[in-house]
Amino acid sequence: MMTDALNTLTIHEARDKLRAGEITAAELTEACLSAIEAAGALNAFVHLTPEIARAQAKAADQRLREGEDAPALTGIPLGIKDLFCTRGVPSQAASAILKGFKPGYESTVTQNLWDAGAVMLGKLNMDEFAMGSSNETSTYGHAVNPWRRAGDDTPLSPGGSSGGSAAAVAAGLCLGATGTDTGGSIRQPAAFTGITGLKPTYGRCSRWGIIAFASSLDQAGPMTRDVRDAAIMLGAMCGPDDKDSTCADLPVPDFEAALTGDIRGKKIGIPREYRLDGMPDEIEKLWRQGAEMLRDAGAEIVDISLPHTKYALPAYYVIAPAEASSNLARYDGVRYGHRARLEAGEGIVEMYEKTRAEGFGDEVQRRVMVGTYVLSAGFYDAYYNRARRVRALIKRDFEQVFAEGVEAILTPATPSAAFGIGEMADADPVKMYLNDVFTVTVNLAGLPGISLPAGLDAQGLPLGLQLIGRPWEEGDLLNIAQALESRAAFVARPEKWW
Amino acid sequence: MSIDTETARKVAHLARIRVEEERLPALAQEFSAILGFIEELNEVDVEGVEPMVSVSPMRLKRRKDVVTDGNRQEEILANAPDAREGFFAVPKVVE
Repeated sequence: MMTDALNTLTIHEARDKLRAGEITAAELTEACLSAIEAAGALNAFVHLTPEIARAQAKAADQRLREGEDAPALTGIPLGIKDLFCTRGVPSQAASAILKGFKPGYESTVTQNLWDAGAVMLGKLNMDEFAMGSSNETSTYGHAVNPWRRAGDDTPLSPGGSSGGSAAAVAAGLCLGATGTDTGGSIRQPAAFTGITGLKPTYGRCSRWGIIAFASSLDQAGPMTRDVRDAAIMLGAMCGPDDKDSTCADLPVPDFEAALTGDIRGKKIGIPREYRLDGMPDEIEKLWRQGAEMLRDAGAEIVDISLPHTKYALPAYYVIAPAEASSNLARYDGVRYGHRARLEAGEGIVEMYEKTRAEGFGDEVQRRVMVGTYVLSAGFYDAYYNRARRVRALIKRDFEQVFAEGVEAILTPATPSAAFGIGEMADADPVKMYLNDVFTVTVNLAGLPGISLPAGLDAQGLPLGLQLIGRPWEEGDLLNIAQALESRAAFVARPEKWW
Repeated sequence: MSIDTETARKVAHLARIRVEEERLPALAQEFSAILGFIEELNEVDVEGVEPMVSVSPMRLKRRKDVVTDGNRQEEILANAPDAREGFFAVPKVVE
């Protein structure tokens, strides 16, 4: 029975047991591989790499036997979002247009993880090119949330775009997973599945080898079962990288050492603009309780104003599609992936147009075309430049409250708990975009943000709170998050039905 | 602002995505909904505000202008749908 439970350990518990010689990386890896095999119904893992995992576990056990200075992630089995290029392993951003693509190189973030001794179990489901909030735009079919409403077996969305990562961590298929976050793609699925998700400061993690969506917003981060694990995993993922000119040349602090538990005197802001009309009472209540918990821990709670908040989503839906239309121009059927079959007499333009029509799903096509429109001659100033100006104002809002001494900002993570698969199918695209209403400001301003589970709704589904930190202060943010975590004492786990 | 079918057709072509004729009216409608949402930005006073170029006020890193990589023809062509004699192959471009 012991080995059955290994896959549900936190990273820090497993690390301590591995170092003490109580368990081996090989046992831990086998426990995860068995859990994955039994969890086909979740559709979280889409490409499995058991040979790589077993070889890495063997090397980790060797490293653990040889010395006491093995890094924290030595022997820890992880899942990798399909957006990360992994050498020789399918990496297709959940898109049909990259079917069969096997990169000849490794992303910096995953290479950092392997160098730190981590074990790769396989690739995780996601929304196509990270465009979505439900994991329903994936070419692999949707992932399923391990949580269900009480007494109801309606399949629920794990959120998106990092939906497979969230489902896998919540269901105990891996100890942690990589995610990426362009508008909320780590924090929203983390909230939907009762786990912790951290989007670091823009530039903390290298973007090299991560399939690009919107380059000025994309950032990789850890998805884990608690705050300490997020600190450990972030430390291994990030660091300077000459291959990404926007990756910061800053030393990596010891994020775990920042978890002192002492947040006395910290000033935490509650932004009034995040109180939305029609927000469910449960979310409002959770938010109030979160503020109370931080006050109880010795923090000072202050009301703040971020006046341009309501313009964040419209600005995002200009900037992100504009950057996507440019980044996704490379999928043309020439260098990699899918190429459409041509009829006699069809030439290169038909090849591009048919390839992209066949290879991109509806949401990706829609965003590429919206991006093309807002960048087109005559509209560039009215849409794109205006959105970039509004973005500057959104960032300034945050700078002003930080200048007044606010050290972190508390908000809800999402406007609702997880919704059912297909429930949003008839809604217009804008309704789905509203999922990111609390998270997207953070990407526009380049700030670190963390979502952590703080309670259950009346139907027994997890709800998350978000803390937003100052640039490059992930350590401080994680410390405040842990103070909230220990008081929220969220211990609920999904009942196993898969 | 409402997008007509003709504009939808033009945008699809600019984006190099084939959209069947009968799909165009629905697509135009979706664009109109999204652009209607975006137009809230017109309420904001952006007078004197510079468009944001980068979220971190940092100078992009530079390196010496020297060759750091190369001689990987086989690796680069390995994922191509059609590669011949060391080149990517495409349909005839010049008559």
